[in-house]
Amino acid sequence: MALRNDERMDWLLSGILRVGVIAASALVLCGEILHLARHGGARPDFGSLGENLPGLAGMAQLARESPGRGLVELGLLVLVATPVARVAFSVLAFAARRDWTYVAVTLLVLALLGASLATSRSPAGEARPAQPAASAPGPAPPAESASAIRARTSSRSAAAAPGP
Amino acid sequence: MSLLSLSLLIWLGSLLAGLLGSLTGLGGGVVVVPLLALAFHVNLRYAAGASLLSVIATSSGAAAAYVREGWTNVRLGMLLEVATTVGALAGAATAALVPTAAVAVIFGLLLLFAAAGSLRRPPAGADAAPDRLAAALRLGGTYPGASGPVTYGVRRVPGGFALMLAAGWLSGLLGVGSGALKVVAMDDVMRVPFKVSTTTSNFMIGVTAAASVGIYLSRGWLEPRLAAPVVLGVLPGALLGARLLPRMRSRVLRAVFAVAVAVLAGEMILHGFTGRL
Repeated sequence: MALRNDERMDWLLSGILRVGVIAASALVLCGEILHLARHGGARPDFGSLGENLPGLAGMAQLARESPGRGLVELGLLVLVATPVARVAFSVLAFAARRDWTYVAVTLLVLALLGASLATSRSPAGEARPAQPAASAPGPAPPAESASAIRARTSSRSAAAAPGP
Repeated sequence: MSLLSLSLLIWLGSLLAGLLGSLTGLGGGVVVVPLLALAFHVNLRYAAGASLLSVIATSSGAAAAYVREGWTNVRLGMLLEVATTVGALAGAATAALVPTAAVAVIFGLLLLFAAAGSLRRPPAGADAAPDRLAAALRLGGTYPGASGPVTYGVRRVPGGFALMLAAGWLSGLLGVGSGALKVVAMDDVMRVPFKVSTTTSNFMIGVTAAASVGIYLSRGWLEPRLAAPVVLGVLPGALLGARLLPRMRSRVLRAVFAVAVAVLAGEMILHGFTGRL
């Protein structure tokens, strides 16, 4: 009911973005301080690729090495989930106003985001949840598009993993 | 250089990048990627990955303010996000096929295009009559004027939609928000008022970047040690920009961003051709 008001929808939408960004940056800040306190003297080489394992499995491995980095990663995941949550909220807001054209438009965007985030599972095919916010309110992304993109990216990353 | 001093320097640069990106509606990415690649010799894939994350932060942080102030056209943004997410998925999926030297040159050309476009553009008529498709989709809106809300219409939806596909593709490939192309699509093609274009572009950028992030993560192109100072720098910069925007005139804004990006564009193209990236 309340969502039928344009201004109120904008206000809630703005609130989701604000809370997501504040939570994400707080996590990243705490994690970064922790990580630099312990590993600030390291001399990493960011000039070449290949140090990181791809996918969420790689992130989990790095988190085990340094709890600070784990916190940073958690914050980055919250950050990525923020626009996804904003789109999911828009589906509900347009539905509350019976604006079915824009419910369809927004669901399509949500499905595309789900398809991308589904590829971030580890390439080995280990079943890990992609993004909780992506699958919560909306319908699951179309299976064929998600798997097609996953197949495409995994074959390409196998061919091009070492980078330039 | 130790990780501590490197992180502090990257944080400072990202702060300025966020400010500029927010004021122009381009997102911090166009400044952060050349900064990381040229000044800190970071691999272009890592730079793009960190930039994508910072771009989500810029967009969400600034959009939270713009949406509340009534600048952002949420319907228009949602519709065009269909095009930008499709484009972003394609861009991130094809990124591995494009050598980094070519990525650097494409990046530079996009920057030059953005700088030139900002100088060439005539002011859009805020009273443009909407065409039939835009009216059917109820894309028109209002923005806060000096004496109450100003109503505007939207035109040439298919043309704008096509440009948004290209903007999304570049976003996935380069790790930027492609705000320049988004603003051109809305301002020049669809005849949306300039500040509505920049704020709606800012609103869309986070979703576009999130669409690319999954694929970057699956490739191992996200480096949290780089992303942390970049995100933490861009965010306060972007929020400051959101505060300053209502007080800045469009002409000042365009001149600032034209000069800054033209310099970066030249550097990126030069480094691309000499194979130093």
